[in-house]
Amino acid sequence: MTPTTPTIPTTPMTPMTPTTPTTRRVAITGLGVVAPGGIGVKAYWEMLTAGRSATRTITHFDASPFRSRVAAECDFDPEAAGLSPQEIRRMDRAAQFAVVSAREALADSGIEADTYAPARIGVALGNAVGCTTSLEREYVVVSDGGRKWTVDHEYAVPELYRHFVPSSMVAELAWTAGAEGPAAMVSTGCTSGLDALGHAAELIREGSADLVVAGATEAPISPITSACFDAIHATTPRNDDPEHACRPFDRTRNGLVLGEGAATLVLEDLEHARRRGAHVYAEIAGFASRCNAHHMTGLKPDGREMAEAIDVALAQARIDPSEVDYVNAHGSSTKMNDRHETAAFKRSLGHHAYRTPVSSIKSMIGHSLGAIGGLEAAACALAIEHGVLPPTANLTEPDPECDLDYIPLHAREQRTDVVLSVGSGFGGFQTALVLARPERSGR
Amino acid sequence: MTARAVVTGLGIVAPNGLGTEEYWAATLAGKSGLGPVTRFDAGRYPSRIAGEVPGFVPEEHIPSRLLPQTDHMTRLALTAAGWAVEDAAVDPAALDEYGMGVVTAASGGGVEYGQRELQNLWSRGKEYVSAYQSFAWFYAVNTGQISIRHKMRGPSGVLVTEQAGGLDTLGHARRHVRRGIPLVVSGGVDGALCPWGWVAQIATGRLSTADDPDRAYLPFTDEASGYVPGEGGAILLVEDAGAARARGAERIYGEIAGYAATFDPRPGSGRPPGLRRAVEEALADARMTAAEVDVVFADAAGVPELDRAEADTLTAVFGPYGVPVTAPKTMTGRLFGGGASLDVAAALLSLRDGVVPPTANVTAPADGLALDLVTGCAREARLRTALVLARGYGGFNAAMVVRRV
Amino acid sequence: MSGHTLIDLPELTRLLRECAGEEEGVDLDGDVLDTAFMELGYDSLALLQVIGCIQRDHGIELDEDAVAEAETPRALLDVINSAARDAEKLAA
Repeated sequence: MTPTTPTIPTTPMTPMTPTTPTTRRVAITGLGVVAPGGIGVKAYWEMLTAGRSATRTITHFDASPFRSRVAAECDFDPEAAGLSPQEIRRMDRAAQFAVVSAREALADSGIEADTYAPARIGVALGNAVGCTTSLEREYVVVSDGGRKWTVDHEYAVPELYRHFVPSSMVAELAWTAGAEGPAAMVSTGCTSGLDALGHAAELIREGSADLVVAGATEAPISPITSACFDAIHATTPRNDDPEHACRPFDRTRNGLVLGEGAATLVLEDLEHARRRGAHVYAEIAGFASRCNAHHMTGLKPDGREMAEAIDVALAQARIDPSEVDYVNAHGSSTKMNDRHETAAFKRSLGHHAYRTPVSSIKSMIGHSLGAIGGLEAAACALAIEHGVLPPTANLTEPDPECDLDYIPLHAREQRTDVVLSVGSGFGGFQTALVLARPERSGR
Repeated sequence: MTARAVVTGLGIVAPNGLGTEEYWAATLAGKSGLGPVTRFDAGRYPSRIAGEVPGFVPEEHIPSRLLPQTDHMTRLALTAAGWAVEDAAVDPAALDEYGMGVVTAASGGGVEYGQRELQNLWSRGKEYVSAYQSFAWFYAVNTGQISIRHKMRGPSGVLVTEQAGGLDTLGHARRHVRRGIPLVVSGGVDGALCPWGWVAQIATGRLSTADDPDRAYLPFTDEASGYVPGEGGAILLVEDAGAARARGAERIYGEIAGYAATFDPRPGSGRPPGLRRAVEEALADARMTAAEVDVVFADAAGVPELDRAEADTLTAVFGPYGVPVTAPKTMTGRLFGGGASLDVAAALLSLRDGVVPPTANVTAPADGLALDLVTGCAREARLRTALVLARGYGGFNAAMVVRRV
Repeated sequence: MSGHTLIDLPELTRLLRECAGEEEGVDLDGDVLDTAFMELGYDSLALLQVIGCIQRDHGIELDEDAVAEAETPRALLDVINSAARDAEKLAA
């Protein structure tokens, strides 16, 4: 593999334009969040804009044998969060996060039980690794601590299959929202959260649903996940300084910090939303995903396929690259990723890339795999709402190869109409989502 | 004018046949692939029958470099995808890399691989966990590996809706085609034939405990006592009809004419299940009436109350004995993310050959189920349109209409 | 250089085959000592898998950066065997 220095194309690449123009627009009318350092949207936004990092030494299990022992954990009490004993028993932690965030988002959206017919409500849930925590716990029991290959069915809990097929979490969301329309889990690794939003928006645009509860959840902090990421040196070994362990775009970054959490965005046909007088945070103006077809975990340094996704998403939104006010980066804090996407931004935005603020909130909430795209999209909607851009925490020594404006350390006040959020995941997935203020000039 | 999505290639790996023609010959002959589990010692479990893909030697189909990093079901999926591309006579290198997408269904991921690595971790220590575990078991693995192997860089995805996934992915492929992507590799190949996957299913209480492979999976009958799990499925090449013509595609199996997905109401709500609405919406989407449907490939859960709900739906939409109904999955078992796309492949082959495969081992539907169930021998018929149904654990419903072009 | 060799080329290629398979068209039994791993069809993941096995089975710890910089079998064997010798000295 020959490393190539990113170059700035003089003219933006010509993206493919969708052949089926659509008149339906998609509004975000409700937000709900369960995040490390902040349960609920208010606490989440306060934490992000304060630049506070929630990464810490792992407490969920004894991580002492592992190379990386840092994670961003949620201080989540399911009972205090309003779940009943039966719900707690039935649901994996990831499902609990999803339901709690969905309840907040639905309440926030102000929809009533009869606003939409159940058949017109859909569900899309992004998730990468399913009910890992419960599955591993139950595996240990039925295998007697890993001793048995022919595991004991007598010791299996009745909920085991619910944990085994992660689509069971979609059922929980559908029941929460009273949804009987199209429902699916979207599982594209670390782009699952963004891809679920893209899928949800598509359901509304094509007319399959009028409202979609678009969630993203993950609760992966468990021994098997740590072992996986340890084995490929993806997670940081910076164990002596857990609070500053995730350092996107910093010269000293050396791996990602695992996170957990959930976000739900209530998406609605914009006209419907306006008619019922709903508060609209932003609209989903464009979305595209591409594959790098290169490697299951590796990235090419040129950022080519991510750039293609960005170009297509902006074209779909009919937004010129120069109109982008803020980029919410994948910024996973691995050596490879942060250079890859810096190259992608330059490819897509050209010289405007140097004038566009970029930040990675993973510096504060870690990388919650399939949930992170939802959490990032929620942060983007809040950035448009409040005119404040969350910073990249821990960025004290810029990497010379990452030479954009990454909003180091402190949040920035700035009117923001157009936001680009990107993700990159195992499997080669590259996704771009464009959020915009619906009444921005000229619309 | 909306782009039409057609199927131009099939890749099948099934318990009763490796490869399309082998599968189809067995299916028309009513030859079942169910038998005692051989992949692990199932002797101690209450359920011991499965549909295993026979004669699959990974080394013959999968490059050596991919073997240490792939679960059995991913190897089957890569093989099926390769066959679908070959069947369609597509040369991916000659097409726009961003104009080819991959969308597959998943349910439990690479379960056997995952069990081995969990065992390594818990019995020996974290140093024994494979560097490939991070993606070998996760739900997105098949899409990622297929896209890499065929250098397809277009919009790609993974949908998890348990057994409905095979239809949902094909519906999603059609969505991409309608948005201007000329080619999408789609469908599902799945499987979890290992003790860990087995025990998870036993917990549902829906697994058949019969020991006779011919009596274990008898949907729509009085003897229905659950389902038999299998492995495999089908990968389909979905193309824009215009693009397929433009590249000189030799064969068009049929068009994905209609699709809809619904979700069941919360248990105890008293509201009706969503399957009927899925059927009606799929027909409306195809701009067709029930009278135009020539055959139905049923979900055929094998669980009495679910069978009855499906039969009632078919009776409500088509009238009593109103349409031939079949369930070739009685010969393969239920294939999780792979089952429904295999049914679509079977439906397309039925349209091609004018013949409906039988529901194996079933002689007649249970009393009270007004179904024209195709049993015994395959039935020849003039076929233009088929309806395929699928349901996923938890409340997923999907329906797809395919028709000859 | 003194002391015995912990891993030689045949052992390394055996481990590569076992842990990561073998690229078509590559003759691992040929003169590959100075052929880049990339040319042999092995990516960083394959090497991490092999390195993981060696560290685990021989109880040695290898410097991550040194391993990452080793682009050929010769370079990697140097890293492994010098670390093994250092560990031996330390034990003595």
